[in-house]
Amino acid sequence: MDAVTQLQRQLVDYTNTLFHEGFLDEQFNQLQQLQDESNPDFVVEVVSLFFQDSERLLNELAKILEQQNIDFKKVDAHVHQLKGSSSSIGAQTVQRVCIAFRNSCEEKNIEGCQKCLQHVKHEYTLVKNKLETLFKLEQQVLAAGGTIPMY
Amino acid sequence: MFEVFVWSLMGLVDCYIICCRHVKEGVSTSIKMESCNCIEPQWPADELLMKYQYISDFFIALAYFSIPLELIYFVKKSAVFPYRWVLVQFGAFIVLCGATHLINLWTFSMHSRTVAVVMTTSKVLTAVVSCATALMLVHIIPDLLSVKTRELFLKNKAAELDREMGLIRTQEETGRHVRMLTHEIRSTLDRHTILKTTLIELGRTLALEECALWMPTRTGLELQLSYTLRQQNPVGYTVPIQLPVINQVFSSNRAMKISPNCPVARLRPLQGKYMPGEVVAVRVPLLHLSNFQINDWPELSTKRYALMVLMLPADSARQWHVHELELVEVVADQVAVALSHAAILEESMRARDLLMEQNIALDLARREAETAIRARNDFLAVMNHEMRTPMHAIIALSSLLQETELTPEQRLMVETILKSSNLLATLVNDVLDLSRLEDGSLQLELGTYNLHAVFREVLNLIKPIASVKKLMITLNLAPDLPEYAVGDEKRLMQTLLNVVGNAVKFSKEGSVSITAFVAKSESLRDSRAPDFFPVPSENHFYLRVQVKDSGAGINPQDTPKLFTKFAQNQTLVTRNSGGSGLGLAICKRFVNLMEGHIWLESEGLGKGCTAIFIVKLGIPEHSNDSKLAFGQKMSGHGQTNFPGLKVLVMDDNSVSRSVTKGLLVHLGCDVMVVSSSEECLRVISQEHQVVFMDVCMPGIDGYDVAVHIHEKFTRRHERPLIVALTGNTDKVTKENFMKVGMDGVILKPVSLEKMRSVLLDLLEHRVLFEAM
Repeated sequence: MDAVTQLQRQLVDYTNTLFHEGFLDEQFNQLQQLQDESNPDFVVEVVSLFFQDSERLLNELAKILEQQNIDFKKVDAHVHQLKGSSSSIGAQTVQRVCIAFRNSCEEKNIEGCQKCLQHVKHEYTLVKNKLETLFKLEQQVLAAGGTIPMY
Repeated sequence: MFEVFVWSLMGLVDCYIICCRHVKEGVSTSIKMESCNCIEPQWPADELLMKYQYISDFFIALAYFSIPLELIYFVKKSAVFPYRWVLVQFGAFIVLCGATHLINLWTFSMHSRTVAVVMTTSKVLTAVVSCATALMLVHIIPDLLSVKTRELFLKNKAAELDREMGLIRTQEETGRHVRMLTHEIRSTLDRHTILKTTLIELGRTLALEECALWMPTRTGLELQLSYTLRQQNPVGYTVPIQLPVINQVFSSNRAMKISPNCPVARLRPLQGKYMPGEVVAVRVPLLHLSNFQINDWPELSTKRYALMVLMLPADSARQWHVHELELVEVVADQVAVALSHAAILEESMRARDLLMEQNIALDLARREAETAIRARNDFLAVMNHEMRTPMHAIIALSSLLQETELTPEQRLMVETILKSSNLLATLVNDVLDLSRLEDGSLQLELGTYNLHAVFREVLNLIKPIASVKKLMITLNLAPDLPEYAVGDEKRLMQTLLNVVGNAVKFSKEGSVSITAFVAKSESLRDSRAPDFFPVPSENHFYLRVQVKDSGAGINPQDTPKLFTKFAQNQTLVTRNSGGSGLGLAICKRFVNLMEGHIWLESEGLGKGCTAIFIVKLGIPEHSNDSKLAFGQKMSGHGQTNFPGLKVLVMDDNSVSRSVTKGLLVHLGCDVMVVSSSEECLRVISQEHQVVFMDVCMPGIDGYDVAVHIHEKFTRRHERPLIVALTGNTDKVTKENFMKVGMDGVILKPVSLEKMRSVLLDLLEHRVLFEAM
């Protein structure tokens, strides 16, 4: 098989796996649709934004939860932001954990919050790795002279 | 007249006396006339007598002259006097008599010859006139006499007329009484009042002593005293009905006099000393409702009568007059009519009460039925959701499970689970659909779709099963069949699937052919469907689909049952293949909703079967066509729907902000982004046509921003449209949005299609409220 085709195939398979495994959802598709000639790096840009935003939020959350008097309102606000971001790009798993996190906040359950934070970090890291791999593959395809297939 | 007669008689007597004297004079004068030329009066020896004669003559003359004056005076006064000529004669006669007597006065003394001559002349004239008068009187006196007779006659006549007048007046009064009585009787519809009033009024009008009414008992063998005038509480005194006197009265409709001694009349102990008053009895017909047939106005044979007995006061020597009897008869008739009216009224009141009761019962039943239906619908709605959710989970997870690594037996098990749950899901859907169909709450969802695609899809779905059964499926679409149609795609597909599925199910071998074409008017009407009146029109066409199979066929006797719910043909084939028997019933409902008709034709068992249905579909307009084609193309490739549309996006989350921006840029908008509400209010201007704001942001609430925007731009066409982006789906939120004046709400996450349609709607209608 042609190298380009093989790479493309790999890319497609990988993307499909991501979807199947539930890391990404329909929203990610939407993002990919928005990418066109006038906006060739749209997805990468948005996802990078997501990474930046999420890391910032996660650090903030860690800081707040270490304090003695936890301001749950602030925690909630941050988690809300994270939830919004993750749902905007279709990071399903992260979004789900955020929902659970918010519940813990409402209950003012410190332990629950801590657990959720760990969970979110974990999921976020997973998604981040997957997406970075995806982008690498895309780069490879482009480098080989092919085009990124539309899903 | 009598006086005139007297006077004339006197006149005659005078004449006679005068004549006698003259004769006497004449004898003595003829002797003395030879000696001297003067006439010597006859001075008798007794001067006293002469004197008296002189005086009498004088008075007589006076009287004689005054009589005609009187006559003239009075006659002139009276208007009518037919005998003028006679009067003149008489007058002349009297005047002359008077003149004679007057001249006679001169003859008592020495008088000349002239006086004698005058005297003689007057006497002669008097004689002439008096004879004439006498003759005239012969004619007149009988007339005058007869006047008196006439007067007597007239008097008698007058008396007679008076009597008759009296009679007429009495009759009129009686008539008035009857009218009043009738009015009294008819003014009430209550039986007892009618009868009581009758007796009272009759008693009053006719001044009766006693008045009684005998009513026939239930058995009809006796008459019972029911009402009396004087006695307040009549005892239940009965008299057998077969008495001769009673029969006599009943046999005629006239009031009859009966003996006061007969049992019906012996109501009171004898009051008077002598004669009890005369008694009259009359029958009162009692009319039943059943007597009022159109053609035979009450027949005598079925008559029941009551007896009314009227008694005049004792010792009054009063008699029953004819007009009184007539009055009684009239009253009896009126009473009969009034009673029948009362009976009719009672009947109608009873019927009305019955109707009201029934109405109440019906209403109650209806309400109960409605409650039951509502309860069922609620139940179904709940069950709908409750049942589908687990079903969905089962099906989804089973299919996922299928995709994993399984041992063959596990795979088999999973497949069975999947099949069963699919079947169950279909059943649930079927039942729910049918119940909605029956309520009439199902409405077709109209849309434009590709007709050919529908058929192809059905074919694709059915191919696997058919190939397993080794059945050949063919699809023939007529060339003039439009590619696009307007209608309910889902339901059409459901119907088609069901019909084709049945065809496949009931064919063990052979082939199944599906034909579809546009039905022309001749083929529209079918003798099997007498009340199917297809009306082709400009925007619609009738699609006719025929599915022919080579299966078991249908017994012609079973055809009517085919479309009934839950009824199945008890053949081996159907029992094995399962199914709830609802499929065709649902199809029929769908087809009816599409203003069409569905039926099955079969030549008999084992000869295959053809299912035919005709449905009305709409022809899409050309603009729809292009829109559809347009819409069906995948978006992307830089379709600029909204070139240059200035949009402001307010979102504090950088990721979602850039996603939304990307969306809008992709759609060709000119997007400006702000991350806070203060910035938004600062930047917003008339140029921006739409503002997308993420609600529940820190700082100023999204709602407040909307309010501020409304304040800033007072005129509607200057103000940008405000659309809220939110992840919150509850109704309260939506209401809040409406309150602060948002023009639309979108639920996050937003897809490209959604955004496109949102913008379209917004710009077209300037308002959008997505069903959440």
